[in-house]
Amino acid sequence: MYTYSEFDKDFLAERNAQFRDQVERRIDGSLTEEEFRPLRLMNGLYLQLHAYMLRVAIPYGTLNSAQMEQLALLADKWDKGYGHFTTRQNIQYNWPKLRDVPDMLDALGEVGMHAIQTSGNTIRNVTADHFAGAAADEIADPRPVAELLRQWSTDHPEFQFMPRKFKIAITGSPNDRAVTAAHDIGLRIVEKDGQIGYQVLVGGGLGRTPMIGKVLNEFVTIDDLLPYLEATVAVWNVIGRRDNKYKARIKILVHEFGLENLQDEVAKEFELRKPLYDTDAVLGQLAAIAPDFASPAFQTASTAIYQTAYDTDPIFRAWADTNLAEHRADGYAIVTISLKKHGETPGDASADQMRLMAQLAREFGHDELRISHEQNVILPHVHKSHLKEIHERLRGAGLATANVGLLSDIIACPGMDYCALATARSIPVAQEIATRFDELKLEHEVGELKIKISGCINACGHHHVGHIGILGLDRAGVENYQITLGGDGTEDAVIGTRTGPGFSYDQIVPAIETLIRTYLDLREGAEETFLAAYKRVGVDPFKAALYPEAKSRAA
Amino acid sequence: MPRKFTPKVVTANHLLEGDVIYLTAKGTWSRRLEDAALYTEEAEANERLNFAATQADILVGAYLADAQAGPDGPEPTHFRETFRTRGPSNYAHGKQVEL
Ligand code: HEM
Ligand code: SF4
Repeated sequence: MYTYSEFDKDFLAERNAQFRDQVERRIDGSLTEEEFRPLRLMNGLYLQLHAYMLRVAIPYGTLNSAQMEQLALLADKWDKGYGHFTTRQNIQYNWPKLRDVPDMLDALGEVGMHAIQTSGNTIRNVTADHFAGAAADEIADPRPVAELLRQWSTDHPEFQFMPRKFKIAITGSPNDRAVTAAHDIGLRIVEKDGQIGYQVLVGGGLGRTPMIGKVLNEFVTIDDLLPYLEATVAVWNVIGRRDNKYKARIKILVHEFGLENLQDEVAKEFELRKPLYDTDAVLGQLAAIAPDFASPAFQTASTAIYQTAYDTDPIFRAWADTNLAEHRADGYAIVTISLKKHGETPGDASADQMRLMAQLAREFGHDELRISHEQNVILPHVHKSHLKEIHERLRGAGLATANVGLLSDIIACPGMDYCALATARSIPVAQEIATRFDELKLEHEVGELKIKISGCINACGHHHVGHIGILGLDRAGVENYQITLGGDGTEDAVIGTRTGPGFSYDQIVPAIETLIRTYLDLREGAEETFLAAYKRVGVDPFKAALYPEAKSRAA
Repeated sequence: MPRKFTPKVVTANHLLEGDVIYLTAKGTWSRRLEDAALYTEEAEANERLNFAATQADILVGAYLADAQAGPDGPEPTHFRETFRTRGPSNYAHGKQVEL
């Protein structure tokens, strides 16, 4: 249900008309809230602390300039002039009024967008690397297979009533930017003897019981992929636990049943299912999808302007060093536009900023934009000769912060500033950390560091896989923040380790500063990142710095 | 032993606006916590919550929230309820500027 092609305007218009009618019937009293709630959730409309919230899908995090401009229009017309990009590669509007939502949905439909949420215990939307189709390190673009999986799972009769929801992520690069190890199934495109295949991970997930996915199969060919995944889901469907919502995810099955037993069962099931698959039909379907994700026509031109700017303009150079990534096409770069200006809300963009990004994509970016799960916006295909101008125009809009991958490039969920489920705030903690280190002018010296903050155990801010993770809790009616260290969301995924007792709202920023100063003192040189240093020395030196009383008591 | 009942107000979100509202002593709804009726008797609090449940055309998700008596009316006792009287902390949006 997630590509534009399938979502022709008539279908969306009809669905929106239905929802408009449901809203009217809720208002006139013919629908109770109990009846209306599942309908509004299916249409992306949530009720938060202070207002409704509309969550708009951005499939594969990919959108064009017209769509970005429409998002800006929604922000201006029906919200308070901004939108919030999330780790789920969607945008949330925090202030819609119930009566306006049908109009918002119609406006989205005009550009082939929607807020329809896959919900319930089904296979959820498949997510992919935000650099897909652009990254130099990519073996193959994962999005066609992601789309194949989506089409295959959407109406699959066996997968409509599973023990629990099921999430799949896929990366086409050895450098995993899609956090595949934190999904029920993670797929990594790999190459063996010149042949492309899929490494299958199983049982990852964050939330209440965080676990890193394990390798179920090192190499599955495209011919075998669908029956193999079907076999995996089927085994879980039959033997997974349904008695307890918190134990029903496939990660618990991997844990309780054992990886090897699961591998055996899946292999048996696969043998039964493989002959039932029409491989040629599947390959044909994939071939039909591929053109939707075709490369733009890359240009060849001189990159001299770029080189001159890089050599002579230190501000441009600092930005280029942090915010550009290597593109697979000669003379091109991937631009990450930071939505993490120091002191601002991570992931928020104003309507004016959205329009500028759309304009830049149209002029210089083959009309393509991406949203990353790290809450930034990406221009995936930019010729280097345009970078200088892009940088200048971004600067004029407060969008040229040179901090991608650094300390202030923080992921933070909405937390108790918006979310009804939150146990503490997360946004102001992110703002204060970024502001503090901007004052100290330390973050470039600190280098690569990922801080991730969640406002409750649901872990929407991915705190378990932050190099420094922060989890906000409610301890006896007071906000309290637990720290985890050493988490990693890449191909070497690790769940972070808790340091010990949490910190109050007033203590959490100083505690983070203590951790960073401890790291700077003990690192073996500027090349040793926080994560590398942590792996070398372990948690103890950091604990000793965070809890000096405990140490003196033990002494 | 059952926990001692602590004073409560009835609160919800407004159906159309989505913002936070409180039940007053007159049985009307106000956007200010200070206007809310504070119930010190559990039976009365539950009775008023049941009344709120009949107002589905006005509100969503009524519940009893802890509060205490203050000089100007009820005051929040938990930070979540404090934020609900104000709005988010990252922007001057919501009640902190609208009331
Ligand atoms: C404010 C409204 C939100 C609500 C009510 C909400 C609620 C939830 C809940 C209940 C879960 C756990 C689901 C489960 O395990 O069954 C969850 C998971 C998740 N949410 Fe949110 N969320 C919200 C906003 C966000 C935002 C803004 C982001 C992105 C920044 C996000 C990203 C995620 C992710 C990535 C997960 C999956 C974590 C995992 O691997 O288990 N959510 N959310
Ligand atoms: S982690 Fe908790 S507080 Fe944060 S958005 Fe998710 S549900 Fe809300």
